[in-house]
Amino acid sequence: MFEIVNKVRLNPGVTMMDIYAPPVARKAQAGQFIILRAEADGERIPLTVAGCDPQRGTVKIIFQIAGGTTLRLDNKNAGDCLPDFVGPLGCPTETDGIKKACVAGGGVGCAIALPVARKLASCGAQVDSVTGFRNKDAVILEREFSACSKKLFVMTDDGSYGKKGLVTAPIKEELESGTRYDRIFAIGPLVMMKAVVETARPYGIPVTVSMNPIMIDGTGMCGGCRLTVGGKTRFACVDGPDFDGYEVDFDEAAARLSAYRDFELAEREKCCNLFKKEIYR
Amino acid sequence: MKTCKTQMPVRDPEERARDFGEVALGYTEELAVAEAQRCLNCKNRPCVEGCPVNVSIPEFISKMVKRDFEGAYNIISENSSLPAVCGRVCPQETQCESKCTLGIKFEPVAIGRLERFAADFHNAASPAEPEYPQFNGHKVAVVGSGPSGLSCAGELAKLGYGVTVFEALHIAGGVLVYGIPEFRLPKEIVARETKRLEAHGVTIKTNTVIGKTFTVDELFEEGYEAVFIGSGAGLPNFMGIPGENLKGVYSANEFLTRVNLMKAYEKDAQTPVMRAKNVAVVGGGNVAMDAARTALRLGAESVRIVYRRSMEELPARKEEVEHAREEGVIFDLLRNPVEICGYLNPADPRDPANGFVRALKLIKCELGEPDEKGRRRPVEIAGSEYETEADCVIMAIGTSPNPLIKNTTSGLEVNRRGGIVVEEKTGKTSREGVFAGGDAVTGAATVILAMGAGKTAAKAIDGYIRSKVQKR
Repeated sequence: MFEIVNKVRLNPGVTMMDIYAPPVARKAQAGQFIILRAEADGERIPLTVAGCDPQRGTVKIIFQIAGGTTLRLDNKNAGDCLPDFVGPLGCPTETDGIKKACVAGGGVGCAIALPVARKLASCGAQVDSVTGFRNKDAVILEREFSACSKKLFVMTDDGSYGKKGLVTAPIKEELESGTRYDRIFAIGPLVMMKAVVETARPYGIPVTVSMNPIMIDGTGMCGGCRLTVGGKTRFACVDGPDFDGYEVDFDEAAARLSAYRDFELAEREKCCNLFKKEIYR
Repeated sequence: MKTCKTQMPVRDPEERARDFGEVALGYTEELAVAEAQRCLNCKNRPCVEGCPVNVSIPEFISKMVKRDFEGAYNIISENSSLPAVCGRVCPQETQCESKCTLGIKFEPVAIGRLERFAADFHNAASPAEPEYPQFNGHKVAVVGSGPSGLSCAGELAKLGYGVTVFEALHIAGGVLVYGIPEFRLPKEIVARETKRLEAHGVTIKTNTVIGKTFTVDELFEEGYEAVFIGSGAGLPNFMGIPGENLKGVYSANEFLTRVNLMKAYEKDAQTPVMRAKNVAVVGGGNVAMDAARTALRLGAESVRIVYRRSMEELPARKEEVEHAREEGVIFDLLRNPVEICGYLNPADPRDPANGFVRALKLIKCELGEPDEKGRRRPVEIAGSEYETEADCVIMAIGTSPNPLIKNTTSGLEVNRRGGIVVEEKTGKTSREGVFAGGDAVTGAATVILAMGAGKTAAKAIDGYIRSKVQKR
């Protein structure tokens, strides 16, 4: 069993937990993910690692309360245990040789983008970060990002905090004003990652995106997480989750993510009733 | 003497095709004795050679004739660590039973059914287990808790080794739990076998991925003196035809994992699986049969097997094909998929039905010249394409080895396909102290071959550790 040693609500719809899993904590690197089950008969869900503390043996996860399993997970408290927690899975984010980078996080994707920004900064790279949220209430990790970034742009859809607009706006401004990033890392919803790729395209700046498809085993067995990358079938669990943004078929990935929409809505409804909770959106 | 096998009672096809209860019911005591009496108990014992783990077949059958079923079980378990599993899923018709002397003129002895009876008898009686020797002070790590890993672990435990089995998933059993369906191999049987190993001192660590959570090198650093890799077959193959990533296209691994491991067939399951009306399963192996019969049980109105050769070349076990047919699975033979067609509403790009499978486009084939394996090659007939209605397509066309261990273990030689290279007689790899067996070596094969490889490697590991001790 894997104990939840700490639980913090980051915003009304996003929760952070530290899970006691020493072997995972010893190994996990930025860009890798874990798979957990919230209950004994639960679904296996992948969550990208948001940080870890090898000394304390804990792994940090930050998740959006979006459906049945994340509602069940959020219903657990510090001191409770998770039946299953396995990792670290997937390949770490490649940051070798990068001197100047832009890290863009969208919504809860910022939780995964932060370790990448930190890793880059710790390797001596200069990092500009852009984080985007729906509104002021949804803003997370601002202090953490500013600590490892030369510039930080916080964007909100409605302008209630930071600047109004999408994460692509400051990226475009920087690129237009002549900033030459060695690479841009985009982590967030598919539409956001796709938009970052399109923003970078005219400037020929490489873009790494972090894919989060539906998975079951996460170890290279079921093939459910397959994507089309550069015209070839690739598996996010063993070949990724990071891929070259110019090569990913985002439209297909988006379609595949919606394969169980009806089931997910029903599960969500069931759990909302069960836990007498609304989903914040 | 009876010339035919004693029939094993099976559930009515119409009834069984709607639930996940076991299809074959097994012999009664009387039927088992009657079948055991058919054995000629011949001197040269050809059946034993046909068994990858060399079970003393005539000897256990003799015990059954005398109604000493526990004695029969004990003889089987000297050589096989999973009798209740093998009695159900072994392809006996190409192994022990294919060598049976009686089979030259008549039907061979139903060795598999007898093995199953002995194992079930033992499990129902649950008598005390034999004592295993004390821990001999040597630790061995086993990677993967499928048939090869369990068999290797069982053999090593019998010799007194301290064995830890590392399993990536949340339950032990490997393909026996995620792949083979409940109606062919009840999961309770697998759980009993893994519990039995644990009772004998084997430690099973679930949620541990070797190559990720720990590397093989770290296992040696932890004090394991040898490592057995039985990590299984790996990633599913796809055909590379258009439409394979549409919603409603599964690999057989994914489909079966959702249903078997995650219990998606249960009403309150938290893991979903598509409940399709018309299912097409591409491939002709046992995995394809399992997927097809599972789809029926999930409520499909029609399920078809699409295979590019004819019934004669179809690689699945005859009994499985027979069962599938009885249950209503359609066999579309000499057909090859050329495209999976998706639904797209031209008037409404937001139509929720967009992007789901609508049909499978097939081309007819005929058999041409034999290939290097002697199987006649399917040749597509130009212009014979047609569409068959399908809202779910399951690809069951094999797997490619999992890259996780290969990528993180230096000095481990793999072949062109990515399978681990071993010395056949010992399971020794190119890396000292590392042994391997099962699908990780051979690519997708059978449970019993994997068990045989696990057993062979256990013997070699014992020899390896003994010789190291002597040198000290």
